[in-house]
Amino acid sequence: MSEAVYSLSEIVMRYGDREVCRVDHLDVPPGSITVVMGPNGAGKSTLLRLMGFLDSPTSGDILFRGELCTNGSEPPLAMRRRVTMVFQAPSLFQRSVEKNVAYGLEVRGEENVEARVAEMLETVGLSHLAKAKTSTLSGGEAQRVALARALIFEPEVLLLDEPTSNLDPESVGLVESLISKTVKERGTTVVLVTQNVFQARRLADRVALMLDGTLIEVGAPDDVFTHPQDSRTDAFVRGVMVY
Amino acid sequence: MNDIWQGVQEAISLIFSADAEVMRIVALSLAVSISALVLSSAIGIPLGVWLAFRRFASRRLAIAFLYTGMGFPPVVVGLVVFLLLSRSGPLGWSGWLYTPKAMVLAQVIIAAPIIAGFTMVAVMAVNRNLRRQARSLGANNLQVTIAVLQEARVGMLVAVLAGFGRIVSEVGAVMIVGGNLKGSTQVLTTATVQFTRMGHFEQAIAMGMILLTLTFLTSLLWVLLQGGALQES
Repeated sequence: MSEAVYSLSEIVMRYGDREVCRVDHLDVPPGSITVVMGPNGAGKSTLLRLMGFLDSPTSGDILFRGELCTNGSEPPLAMRRRVTMVFQAPSLFQRSVEKNVAYGLEVRGEENVEARVAEMLETVGLSHLAKAKTSTLSGGEAQRVALARALIFEPEVLLLDEPTSNLDPESVGLVESLISKTVKERGTTVVLVTQNVFQARRLADRVALMLDGTLIEVGAPDDVFTHPQDSRTDAFVRGVMVY
Repeated sequence: MNDIWQGVQEAISLIFSADAEVMRIVALSLAVSISALVLSSAIGIPLGVWLAFRRFASRRLAIAFLYTGMGFPPVVVGLVVFLLLSRSGPLGWSGWLYTPKAMVLAQVIIAAPIIAGFTMVAVMAVNRNLRRQARSLGANNLQVTIAVLQEARVGMLVAVLAGFGRIVSEVGAVMIVGGNLKGSTQVLTTATVQFTRMGHFEQAIAMGMILLTLTFLTSLLWVLLQGGALQES
């Protein structure tokens, strides 16, 4: 296996006295989809923010492509720009759809922005809404704009926080196929957080389960879904209440 | 009722005849108000943005001081500025007392905290995830700040408008430090007070009507500036 994109060890995140995330060890292989499952409040989003360099852990090490990025100083901009995150509620700017999608290219000072935005909007099926204000979009359209805005600058890592939680089945299918296509065609590494076991089964190359702020199991989908090591994982994937 | 109606008619005639004294008062009022608005915005907006973004030990205390500043009684500000600028005061050498400069200074002290306070709240009201999102899309610290300010622009324009409202309606402080001297420091508000006291109601009504018109036109300009952002909300 080639070098892990992320290697996390002994990660602990606390807000005051409250421990919200604990990961003893997690490697994220390149060019794959790692799905982190777990119920609400399990610490999944916190884990994603740590991987997106948006928060720093209270203790522990995060290696990104072998480089330590938890040494007390902020990761360099060049490193941050290789990773992007799409939030559960698509945080769109109060501008047009096309200006939202162009944002990542503009802050990087890249060229040919207009044509690339048009192409990306075509890919996500939103060309007809290029000039629309984001406040007029449906939930599914807004989520596709958020995804397009993240994909347009071809990040090395895409972190997705419950990207389909509020979408209708058709939009879920569209977003999932876009994610799979991105990994296949561009070799993007995806870490996706979801409560949906079925989505994890559909997409994951690797599955992890978080409960009560702790990563309790990680492995290949067949192993986790068919032969889980932890009884709580077994209960979760069978749909038994675990929290 | 007749007196009021007659006063309104005479006021309209005064305005449209471009009475020299009225025009002088209007011109000075605009000069003082615009200078004070520009200066208090130049102080208040950066201060509000800084307080919204920065986390430091005595931030709560700083905000408490700011809120106190937002409620400064204008006559107290006028008194303090008067004492500072009076011949025996620490700034007596400036010779600013009873000049438009003193009026601008007092109005800046009154309006800057209001603009800073409203700006701080407008910036803090921008969803925290939006800052994170901008950062996650590759923005550097300056680009994140610009993105947040663009999102907060409606609230920030309201902050400046609130400052303007306080400036344009100010009487007590400018009366104390300006002296309401005819031809040099008399502005619309102080002239309204004086004409009312003298029983020159047509002139007082004319001043009031001009003041209201200026306030309305400024508000209209602000609405136009907010433009698309207002429609999006």
